[in-house]
Amino acid sequence: MTAIDPTAHLTAEQIEELGRELDAIRDEVLAARGEQDAAYIRKVISAQRKLELASRGVLLFSIFPPAWLLGTAGLSVAKIMENMEIGHNVLHGQWDWMRDPKIHSTTWEWDHVSPSEQWKHSHNELHHTYTNVIGKDNDLGYGIMRVDEDQKWHPLHLGQPLWNLVNACFFEYGIAAYDLELGKNLHKRRRRNPEFRARAKAVGRKIRKQVLKDYVIHPLLSGPSFLTTLAATFTANLVRNIWSHSVIMCGHFPEGVQVFERRSVEGETRGQWYLRQMMGSANISGSRAMHFMTGNLSHQIEHHLFPDLPSNRYAEVAVKVRALFEKYELEYITGPLPKQVFSAWHKVFRLSLPNKKPKIKTPAREKELVAS
Amino acid sequence: MVTTPLLPSDYLDLVSPLRAGADLRGRIEAVHPETADAATLVIRPGRGWRRHTAGQYVRIGVDVDGRRLWRAYSITSPTDRQDGRITITVKAIPDGQVSNHLVHRARPGTLIRLDQPTGDFVLPHAKPAKVLYLTAGSGITPVMGMLRDTEVDDVVLVHCAPQPQDVLFRDELHGLVADKKLRLTEVHTAMDGRLDVARLGELVPDWAERETWACGPAGLLDAAEEHWTDNGVRERLRTERFRPRIVVAGDGGAVTFSTTGKTVDADGATPLLDIGEEAGVLMPSGCRMGICFGCVTPLKAGAVRDLRTGEITEAEPGVLIQTCVSAAAGPCDIER
Ligand SMILES: Cc1cc2nc3c(=O)[nH]c(=O)nc-3n(C[C@H](O)[C@H](O)[C@H](O)COP(=O)(O)OP(=O)(O)OC[C@H]3O[C@@H](n4cnc5c(N)ncnc54)[C@H](O)[C@@H]3O)c2cc1C
Ligand code: FES
Repeated sequence: MTAIDPTAHLTAEQIEELGRELDAIRDEVLAARGEQDAAYIRKVISAQRKLELASRGVLLFSIFPPAWLLGTAGLSVAKIMENMEIGHNVLHGQWDWMRDPKIHSTTWEWDHVSPSEQWKHSHNELHHTYTNVIGKDNDLGYGIMRVDEDQKWHPLHLGQPLWNLVNACFFEYGIAAYDLELGKNLHKRRRRNPEFRARAKAVGRKIRKQVLKDYVIHPLLSGPSFLTTLAATFTANLVRNIWSHSVIMCGHFPEGVQVFERRSVEGETRGQWYLRQMMGSANISGSRAMHFMTGNLSHQIEHHLFPDLPSNRYAEVAVKVRALFEKYELEYITGPLPKQVFSAWHKVFRLSLPNKKPKIKTPAREKELVAS
Repeated sequence: MVTTPLLPSDYLDLVSPLRAGADLRGRIEAVHPETADAATLVIRPGRGWRRHTAGQYVRIGVDVDGRRLWRAYSITSPTDRQDGRITITVKAIPDGQVSNHLVHRARPGTLIRLDQPTGDFVLPHAKPAKVLYLTAGSGITPVMGMLRDTEVDDVVLVHCAPQPQDVLFRDELHGLVADKKLRLTEVHTAMDGRLDVARLGELVPDWAERETWACGPAGLLDAAEEHWTDNGVRERLRTERFRPRIVVAGDGGAVTFSTTGKTVDADGATPLLDIGEEAGVLMPSGCRMGICFGCVTPLKAGAVRDLRTGEITEAEPGVLIQTCVSAAAGPCDIER
């Protein structure tokens, strides 16, 4: 909880009214959703597959530098599309309404070392329900970093800029470890837990398949280009990891984003839940291409309000949501990617040190409001 | 391995959706209007298609407003059609989602999903000597498939439709009559009133000696079953229903689809199949009328009511229900 509650001016009444207005926005999209949306996601999937195939084809000749550059760039973009606009959103159930078993959250598997099933649990159920609640939402610093003044400082946090950089480079492994709750589960007693072992095995199998494809089979198929293709797939994975890590950091870490106390979400109403999502997320502004490459997570606020609306609709939803922010005098946190990335990194550095001044106690009234 | 996490077929589908080994699909290649509210669709099935038997139906999965919906349609083309294509003939019913889409909005070139042909509303191997077809409305479709496929020496068709212009395949039927291949009685119900099955003998004196195939609305089929039973010749009558016979409804409840992780409120009259589909859950389905068992799903908790009989089934380990004819009877949890 940051010192001043930016929602303190809202009455309980107003918060519920805000909830109803957001419900209405959601219903409008549900009513309009149809053939064009379905055509959109099919087109994206088809384009992604063609781009990936073509890039991997070019990489068979990666021994020639122009082929390496072209193939690596194409494969990086394809992998980003696959994880962000397609994988993340399909796994959210954004396209379940189409009832196409090939594009459904229960059948989709993504190009990522964390198996869909586990990611869906930790992301959809935990992170999206407990967004920015200290102690409940592990996305807050991924359990390795301190991202709010209210989180207790520990000397280990001194190294957090470094952890964050390593996490960015190997982000998909970070996520797999995080989905497994490795930190918690590596204790001796828990390690033997059969459920954990089964999940760890599933991750192991997924990693093996991913590694075999990217670092053995594809390079082998490239013959004399073995080494250069290996470097290319490694680079593409690295680019994808750093990109998605940056986008995701921008969603909840930039300065101004609120975090909440465990107690404050008990007995939360629909309106209060919406309000927490609004205050706990930040957007990225930019061109259509930029929104696309972030999997529309640049509309993080809208995504958190309506996680299962199709991603291609967030842009139009954002206009209406932003108007509500203005109406209720709330701060809509957004900015271009470099600014937001800088802001998030700045926080990571700042909070690696203990709080400067003694923390101002949260005024009682405000706590009441969020908790009531 | 090369394509993980996808399968090679995911890539092949991009270029060759109808190839052998692919999920069975079909391409709508032409749409011919038949009457004001009916049309025939010419479909090129994928390579995996197995030849049908006249009278059978095919299930098709069509995207209507982006949503995949599955329905059954009788095949109206003969089994030996030279170009390998099949036809179905669809009549748009008021507010019908799929039928209206197919009749009024389907475009040539559209890909649809197909299932293998199925159904036992077919002629026996040994051709019967005397046949009666009794049909109404769109119920003529499976019979048209048989008429086009198999010549029988002595065949009578009694067909009901509101007015002459509503009779499907009218020109072709009259052509068969002219060639002496068919005796036809049209009952125009808007003028003559409904066919009284008990008085069928006035139209077809030897009806009881004929092997009979009947297809049409529930009222007609119920009356026919009664009449044939009363006359002790029930085994000569085969019927094809397009909809289940619903008799009961009760209180509904909250339905949880535990695999997908969704919970929705359901009334006591709507089949769980429809409820699940509406919620975006992947529900397997087949005939949608309780005969094929293509929709069976484990019931994990709670109770459901069979809409045909009113019978209540409660959850127990291993209990399976047919979602197309079961509705919620209180809160329940089904494994989808
Ligand atoms: C074995 C089999 C073969 C079939 N063959 C054909 C065929 O050759 N040609 C054809 O046109 N149809 C055929 N049908 C019916 C077809 O499968 C659909 O039920 C029909 O097209 C209506 O679907 P819909 O999506 O348009 O209606 P829906 O949107 O599902 O239903 C709209 C409304 O109409 C009611 N309704 C549903 N079906 C019917 C019906 N048959 N008659 C009257 N009211 C109904 C519903 O209860 C609902 O209130 C067949 C059905 C079966 C089971
Ligand atoms: S779909 Fe055929 S029995 Fe339910």
